[in-house]
Amino acid sequence: MSELAHGAHPQGFAHQFEDVEQQRDAGRLGMWVFLVTEILFFGGMFASYTIYRALHYESFVTGSHLLKVRFGATNTYVLIGSSLTMALAIRAAQTGKKKGQIIFWLILTMILGAAFIGIKLHYEWFRDYQEGLIPGVQWFYNGPHAPGVKMFMCFYFFMTGLHAIHMVAGLGILTVLVIMTARNKFSPEYYAPLEISGLYWHFVDIVWIFLFALLYLIGGRYPGS
Amino acid sequence: MSNHSEQSGPVGHVVPVSTYIIVFISLMAGTALTTGVAYIDLGRWNTVVALTIAVTKMVLVVLFFMHVKYATGLTRVVILAGFFWLGIMITLSCSDELTRTWEIVPQGWNMIVPLVSRLF
Amino acid sequence: MSTSQEKPVESGVNYLNATYGIRSWLLTLDHKRIGLLYLGSITLMFFVGGMAAVLMRLHLTEPQGALFEPETYNKLFSTHGIIMVFFFLVPSIPATLGNFLIPLMIGARDVAFPKLNLMSWYIFITGAALALYATLSGGVDTGWTFYPPYSSLYSHTQVVAVALGVFVAGFSSILTGLNFIVTIHKMRAPGMTWFRLPLFIWAMYATSLIFVLGTPVIAITLFLLGMERILHVGIFDPSVGGDPLLFQHLFWFYSHPAVYIMILPGMGVVSELITAFSRKKIFGYAFVAFSSLSIAVISFVVWGHHMFVTGQSIYAGLVFSVLSFLVAIPSAVKVFNWTATLYKGSISYEAPMLYALGFIGLFTIGGLTGLFLAALATDVHLNGTYFIVAHFHYVMVGGAVMAYMGGLHFWWPKITGRLYPDLWARIAAAIIFIGFNLTFFPQFVLGYLGMPRRYAIYPAEFQVLNVMSSAGASILGIGYIIPLVYFIWSMRYGPPAGKNPWGAKGLEWTTQSPPLTQNFEEIPIVTEDAYNYASEAAHV
Repeated sequence: MSELAHGAHPQGFAHQFEDVEQQRDAGRLGMWVFLVTEILFFGGMFASYTIYRALHYESFVTGSHLLKVRFGATNTYVLIGSSLTMALAIRAAQTGKKKGQIIFWLILTMILGAAFIGIKLHYEWFRDYQEGLIPGVQWFYNGPHAPGVKMFMCFYFFMTGLHAIHMVAGLGILTVLVIMTARNKFSPEYYAPLEISGLYWHFVDIVWIFLFALLYLIGGRYPGS
Repeated sequence: MSNHSEQSGPVGHVVPVSTYIIVFISLMAGTALTTGVAYIDLGRWNTVVALTIAVTKMVLVVLFFMHVKYATGLTRVVILAGFFWLGIMITLSCSDELTRTWEIVPQGWNMIVPLVSRLF
Repeated sequence: MSTSQEKPVESGVNYLNATYGIRSWLLTLDHKRIGLLYLGSITLMFFVGGMAAVLMRLHLTEPQGALFEPETYNKLFSTHGIIMVFFFLVPSIPATLGNFLIPLMIGARDVAFPKLNLMSWYIFITGAALALYATLSGGVDTGWTFYPPYSSLYSHTQVVAVALGVFVAGFSSILTGLNFIVTIHKMRAPGMTWFRLPLFIWAMYATSLIFVLGTPVIAITLFLLGMERILHVGIFDPSVGGDPLLFQHLFWFYSHPAVYIMILPGMGVVSELITAFSRKKIFGYAFVAFSSLSIAVISFVVWGHHMFVTGQSIYAGLVFSVLSFLVAIPSAVKVFNWTATLYKGSISYEAPMLYALGFIGLFTIGGLTGLFLAALATDVHLNGTYFIVAHFHYVMVGGAVMAYMGGLHFWWPKITGRLYPDLWARIAAAIIFIGFNLTFFPQFVLGYLGMPRRYAIYPAEFQVLNVMSSAGASILGIGYIIPLVYFIWSMRYGPPAGKNPWGAKGLEWTTQSPPLTQNFEEIPIVTEDAYNYASEAAHV
């Protein structure tokens, strides 16, 4: 057990635990279990998508071609970048760097996260709206496989929409982390909130990696696909 | 855990910046690769390639950015359980959705092939 | 009531009187108080759902229906199902007894995340309030299963509001499950190894796995349903390529395991009761422990047996039928082990034990009739009839609610520090047992004879059995009101219970009743296995 367990407890120590190590382990495990619930939450969508894609293959390929793959790819780069900066923010806290450095990486993560949402809104969803590709809201598409394409676009909006909500929640968490860092809450002994928020952020990144592959790419973008 | 190995600091593993950079570059390259491959006609292998690259990217993020390479067995079990249950959901739903139109019962391995191939 | 020789006296400070006022309850982080907040909320929901059931049974005393329009009847059975399943049975034992007991049983000061625990209660009452609002403002008539396309395209009732209520309440389950898993992994007292844990903890762990792995899927399913209903995009509409059965797959991926969310904690409670009142170590500890886990796992691979006649592929039906039979194995392991524990035990028949014995018998009937329904051919005859209704009420009411009542009676002296009148408790247990069987056994017969469920009217030849069932329901209703009265009475007038009124084993009985806010004055060190009743006999 850690020597910190007895005597003066460090910042952020909660009474129900025996020592900081137990608290840290509990926090990590809690976040991983939460991420498992997220896997199954998005998983319900992925399962439905898989089945409908098998049932309406042609329509889903047609629908996929309506998406703006350039911006999808750009956003993937942006999110991967934000994962790197998040990892570096945690590393800065781990190695006891000045709080300015932690805040720098966190803010950079937030900028990249916000850029992702901005690109999504402005270059994708807004244009989809103009082109009438939003089922139930604005729908003019009357090309081939119209019903199946509508189904595809439903899944596209539900999946990217749920993902975007998770991004916004992540930005909220990052804001809190910046404030906590500024108030000197973290040290190499205690940085658990940074660490488990990082897990969440990377998870959201992973969801996007799959959304990009499943929605934008599979079925191919080559001529005649 | 009273004594820690040399690599892990007092609280958790500190990953060298160079590792993060290498992982980052691999992820960027993977994204470029998967986007590029989509423009080449590989038939149904397009799907396989896209998903393989996505899974590889995920594994990189999980192992290095999320520190699972340095984590306990419990963490790994938790993660695997998540994917295992997702697998149950997809497999058993497909066992209905993809066999509902079967009129003549395929025999032997012939049962599996049309089933799996419909997914790609 | 043998071991407490010296007359128990009122203890001093405890978790109930440590702080006063409404704020100290609504902002509490104490797992025991949160357990009581849940107890109050779900008791209210139980009586709301029970009221709907009583009205339905009254209506069905006459073949043409005694009281309501068919539309109203549809809303009644839907309300009954939704309230009872999502707002009573799912949180029943985990959120009340589980919250109260897990830290006490494993020797911890609290759950791992007390704030999340309180938050989960607020989320729960938000969901419950939404569901109650929807019920009062028009109700819902889809049945608790919300099957589209009826729920998405045709129903003119409050589907979205109720679905939102269930959606919200689901997050409370997720947080509770997450909290329990982490607590059981990380907060055990020194020496409390996995195989020294009480079997109630194993059952709660298995239940928490289902909470965590299943509940997110019902959330996404109801999200899709709500979107379909609001935007009419066609996800579940077969006329534009959607598949209503996909909803059923996702729905039952959660809702079948949810049945085990209801019964597994009950099995955990019964394991505690059987050992305590037969003064014996459980027979085959490891088997009972692992059967909980295997039930949790297998529960996720059987859901298709709800869909044998809804148009599912017959090949999938074959697979699901085989897998469904597998659940019988761990369930039977438990029943056999409880029976073996009773064998040559020094059995006493206090009220909790009566509920436990009732559980074993009723659960066995409920479980065995489940096998009829897991078989493809008999299911065609029985599906959609009262046989199903009887089957799942034997499991959920005869099983889960019996165990919940037994658990409440067993730990009530620990929760409140007071004893309830034992004679009344035994009488109530007997009334509940008789009322239950009179209500639901005729329904097996009705179902076998072909009376479909969810109909407001029925052919006249079924009247005798229906009247029997309705008579049973009113007896059952009285049986549930008696404990409500004497529990409330005992909180003020009951004699002090002392630390361990049953002479039972387990860490929760080593601390005072009611416990301190921090549970133990000193964190205990565990040196023996669970249910070590043999050592006590040796001392005597």
